[in-house]
Amino acid sequence: MAIVAIENLCKAYKIGSFELFVLRDLSLSIEQGEYVAIMGPSGSGKSTLLNVLGCLDRPTRGTYQLAGQDISNLDDNSLSMIRGSQIGFIFQSYNLIAQLNVVENIEVPMYYQGFSEHSSANRAKELAKMVGLGDRIRHRPAELSGGEQQRVAIARALANDPRIILADEPTGNLDSESGSEIMKILGDLHKRGGTLVIVTHDPNVAQRAEKTIYLLDGQIERQEYNRKH
Amino acid sequence: MRWFGIKRTIKLGLKSLWMHGLRSTLTALGIIFGVCSVIAMLAIGEGASREAQEAIARLGSTNLIIETVEPPKERADTGQTQEVRSYGLTYKDAESIHNTVPNVEVVVPIREIDQEARYLNRKVSIKIVGTIPWYTEVSPIHVVHGRFLSSIDLHQQQSVCVVDEQLVRGLFAFEDPLGKDVSIQGNSYRVVGVTGAPPLAGKQNNLDNVMQGATASDSGATGNIYIPLSTAKSRFSELSAAFTGGKQSVERVQLQKITVKVQSTEQVLPARDILDTLLMRLHKVKKDYRIVIPLELLRQAKRTKFIFSIVLGSIATISLLVGGIGIMNIMLATVSERTREIGIRRALGARKRDIMIQFLSETLLLTLIGGILGIILGSAIPLLVTRFSRMPTIITASSLVLAFGISAMVGLFSGLYPAYRAANMDPIESLRHE
Repeated sequence: MAIVAIENLCKAYKIGSFELFVLRDLSLSIEQGEYVAIMGPSGSGKSTLLNVLGCLDRPTRGTYQLAGQDISNLDDNSLSMIRGSQIGFIFQSYNLIAQLNVVENIEVPMYYQGFSEHSSANRAKELAKMVGLGDRIRHRPAELSGGEQQRVAIARALANDPRIILADEPTGNLDSESGSEIMKILGDLHKRGGTLVIVTHDPNVAQRAEKTIYLLDGQIERQEYNRKH
Repeated sequence: MRWFGIKRTIKLGLKSLWMHGLRSTLTALGIIFGVCSVIAMLAIGEGASREAQEAIARLGSTNLIIETVEPPKERADTGQTQEVRSYGLTYKDAESIHNTVPNVEVVVPIREIDQEARYLNRKVSIKIVGTIPWYTEVSPIHVVHGRFLSSIDLHQQQSVCVVDEQLVRGLFAFEDPLGKDVSIQGNSYRVVGVTGAPPLAGKQNNLDNVMQGATASDSGATGNIYIPLSTAKSRFSELSAAFTGGKQSVERVQLQKITVKVQSTEQVLPARDILDTLLMRLHKVKKDYRIVIPLELLRQAKRTKFIFSIVLGSIATISLLVGGIGIMNIMLATVSERTREIGIRRALGARKRDIMIQFLSETLLLTLIGGILGIILGSAIPLLVTRFSRMPTIITASSLVLAFGISAMVGLFSGLYPAYRAANMDPIESLRHE
């Protein structure tokens, strides 16, 4: 079953009376358990596509079905709920909340889904252990290395058992060693059945995915299946 | 709203406030001082007005007090060095009032003389109050020992006196004054009774102090001695020497006061008009008296208190408004400083409403904590004031509720707009914010 089904999607930004199309007539489908990389030069619409996929932005035209639900016409509240329950975000700059420690950061998505304090804390500790930070759960982001921060972000993305994980340049701010550690964790997630979409500039990163989608000027230029898989 | 999340919302809010301790403290100070000043001012104001109202009420709400006032001097007077100026209330006035004014229960003429009293080798200055036995009906004093002056004392011009507790302390120290003889100008007066005044909030005041601006204590009198009016009339001269403008003149005043008691409060104002007409006729045009009506004073005091409350309320409102503006300012800065956090929370599933609640609860917590500290400080100040200045203060429950309510309202209103701004930030823009 397709987790993501996008048809004829357009996204335009109004600049005065002029409409700038960032995505044009884009159709895309991502299956459950798929590992997809999105590549393309700056301004090709990668980030916009990721924002639409992550329900942070609504398409101007066309339809987007996430797990069978059309989200094109949902209101802000419903979109928030979908973001919280079905989507896991991983950002290039980690985006952890500075004043919260590791466990508290992982708890944030669960907080908005109404988990009890006790169960969310337990789950957050488990997730921290899973990404190898079991001994640093009381540390603040500033006390962690970049790689460690990104691992916290991954744990946070997994908190609500999302249907799809969206990663925007997850290794962009990391050295190659930490980067490959992060990619290994993401690979493991995929092996356990997770659906992943990674936006990247790095061909080495893209290669780890099953499929790479190349964007150019808001359209899909081509799709490639990576040989390794 | 997720009600089960309230505890966590509060925790989260406290945590954020704690993270920015200095900022939170400075912001809360506005509210602390605002609330504190409201409570302290109200307590002091309430205390002062309660004291004034009590004092006035003790004068008797059915009483009319006519006092002798020195009339303005005529030009011709200044040229002469020795002339007897007669003015003021007379025995005839008292009699006329008694005979003509309707609904009068009792008319009490009062003659006051500043003198010295001796007992053994002690000497103190006193105020002699020459009056009639019904004086106790128009005055808050009551007899603690012995008796007050009687009709027989009055008719037979007895040399008896009643002293007040203040004088007992000054003149007799630890002796029982009853039956002792006090000497005034060579005449002995036997003490037949001791009077006490009901304690007034804060300090001890006597009736006349309140009315006349403390005549007794101004002249350095230790206390009052009440003697029969007839005795006073026969023993003490109505003439007194006065120095005005460097020249000596002699004045003749029969009575310093006449207190008239009517049957009910409704009759007070009509009686005043009748008294005024009567006295005007008796005194021709000489305005050498004034009529003081405690009931009217009470009304004035209440009116004054009302105006005072409005002024106070305005000052308090302004100070809290300033505090509120400070809070809004800081919260707006906080919101823009935490734009990225807002974006992250929105991406992770926070609804607009969740963000709104988060920031609003931070502001509310700040103002409520400020409010509570303000109440504590505001309750401590009146206590200290009372302790060190003996000024009565009254902290009313309503002023605490008012101050707390106002601080909550200020928190709500100054928090709404920043919270609304935070909630309506675009998540994508906020995530990009550095």
